[in-house]
Amino acid sequence: MFKNILVANRGEIALRVIRAAKELGVRTTAIYSEADVDSMHVHLADDAICIGPGPSSESYLRMETILSAAEIANVDAIHPGYGFLSENPRFAELCESCRVKFIGPSSEVIAMMGDKNQARATAVKYGVPVTPGSEGIVETEKEALEVASQIGFPVMVKASAGGGGRGMRPAFNQAAFVSAFHAARAEAEACFGTPDVYIEKLVENPHHVEFQVAADAHGGVVQLGERDCSMQRRNQKIIEETPSPLLTDDLRARMAEASESLVRNIGYENCGTIEYLVDDDGNFYFMEMNTRIQVEHPITEEVRGCDLIKEQIRIAAGKRLSEHVLESEPRGHSIECRINAEDPYNNFAPSPGRIDLFYAPGGRGVRVDTHVYSGYTVPPHYDSMIAKLIVTGANREIAIARMIRSLNEFVIRGIKTTIPFQASILKHNAFRSGDYNIGWVEKFLADQPPPPELPEFELEDGL
Amino acid sequence: MDLKDIKQIVELMDEHGLSQFKLEQDDTKLELQKGGDLDIEAIRSLIASQAPVAGPAPAQLAAPFAGPGADASGVAPDGGLPAGVVEIPSPMVGTFYSAPAPDADSFVSVGARVQADTIVCIVEAMKVMNQISADVSGEIVEVLVENGTAVQYGEPLFRVKTA
Repeated sequence: MFKNILVANRGEIALRVIRAAKELGVRTTAIYSEADVDSMHVHLADDAICIGPGPSSESYLRMETILSAAEIANVDAIHPGYGFLSENPRFAELCESCRVKFIGPSSEVIAMMGDKNQARATAVKYGVPVTPGSEGIVETEKEALEVASQIGFPVMVKASAGGGGRGMRPAFNQAAFVSAFHAARAEAEACFGTPDVYIEKLVENPHHVEFQVAADAHGGVVQLGERDCSMQRRNQKIIEETPSPLLTDDLRARMAEASESLVRNIGYENCGTIEYLVDDDGNFYFMEMNTRIQVEHPITEEVRGCDLIKEQIRIAAGKRLSEHVLESEPRGHSIECRINAEDPYNNFAPSPGRIDLFYAPGGRGVRVDTHVYSGYTVPPHYDSMIAKLIVTGANREIAIARMIRSLNEFVIRGIKTTIPFQASILKHNAFRSGDYNIGWVEKFLADQPPPPELPEFELEDGL
Repeated sequence: MDLKDIKQIVELMDEHGLSQFKLEQDDTKLELQKGGDLDIEAIRSLIASQAPVAGPAPAQLAAPFAGPGADASGVAPDGGLPAGVVEIPSPMVGTFYSAPAPDADSFVSVGARVQADTIVCIVEAMKVMNQISADVSGEIVEVLVENGTAVQYGEPLFRVKTA
């Protein structure tokens, strides 16, 4: 087992990793920017090294600085958390050459699955369904029409050099297709310098369903079920749940099988997540693979009775997957709300600042993962997520009631948070019936007036 | 109730270590609160005293780290520097060397005059020897770090009298 792990991250995930390491008897070294000097993760680690000023580009994203810190702290492993450098193959490679174990898969695997085209090709190679599409660039209108008809409408015409949602044109039928094709080519030429486009099936009202996987260095592989992450605002997940209210047993079994076999075939090691789009007809399509731990990993932990961060550390240290993980069966229903420091009544404007009173909900089946506390000041430089509220119940109805109760009890005074927003979603019929998809939140925001604020929970002095 | 009474109450609070005081009398209402900030240092030292540090002893480290409570922002723990004295902070994480080579003379020592572009030390990071310049002009009055010790970003290396 490692002697000393450097946690190359901040906020709640840094604290999460430190806690897991402590339980394994491993020393922890935190890194922090000047803006994070008062963060809880800095205070609970055994050692802490300041690595730069506030902005991430000058601190948490500085590979050489982090490795320099690893060097002077004499650590034998680095946990990259999520975001930042966690899926950066160059960083993983640097760790390898500095003989510090990167807690995750190899740099080659990270590079392979990080390239979207290559990942898609890899999925195809191993028989995982992907969104039907053209085999490369489509040059002429005639060819494009053929391909589109073959794929089946609706389709998306996409610039091959595109990005940021630009150079994409949907077409819902043959009549609209021709103009969409030419418009996409024109925009591609204008924005990216080349008119090259390819065609992909447009998955309508898609659901985002991902599978947690884990593999050790001894051939042990396990899939740990799905998480439904369709509740998204501007492509950011805000509520996740497991099991997915959408999946039938048959669909779940097919997706589980595809996930597990992909992991075996690519020789993946450590924890990872395979993300799929699922349509209303029960078709699933590979989207991408995240070669790291995910924000929403706790709901899988609660339903499966495991600690995924400890498994990550153990796998990296050369141990086999724990028996209780390999043999786990899902039990109950778990939901997570990502609490962000944003004002839901002001277009989700970021709300950094000092939290003068923080009271987290508790009781049966309630878990709060957070690095903040009463008196903590949320810095402006980083992601706005300040806490994760995870509730678990014997079934979905119980979990929903528990989540509403917990959100109502949660006090974060001094800044604005998304708590009332998530409470209104949990109470909505669409959520209760499980009838929502990726486009639901935007529609909800457009249709509804701002939800009423929950009454302030007045606490006695001295609490 | 007048200001003299309030001052007396504040002094009594200090004397007895009280942080909150509330009084309602006839149509006077007085509420006094000291500080109010939750002391993160208190949390940290409470947790530390409850459980021993995991893993092997710190002896294996090149040097103990100053820790966030002390020098992260370059301000001395006692809260201030003498007038006309500034600190040169480390711009990177690594190992501090006072001389260009093990057997060579130090770049600077106490009493040396420096300009902005005077090289004052080396911070070695990942086998790269980075020469650090003073960025201020004046006279070195204190060398804060020992040769060969680990330094973090922002850690004060030298004190310079600029006046």
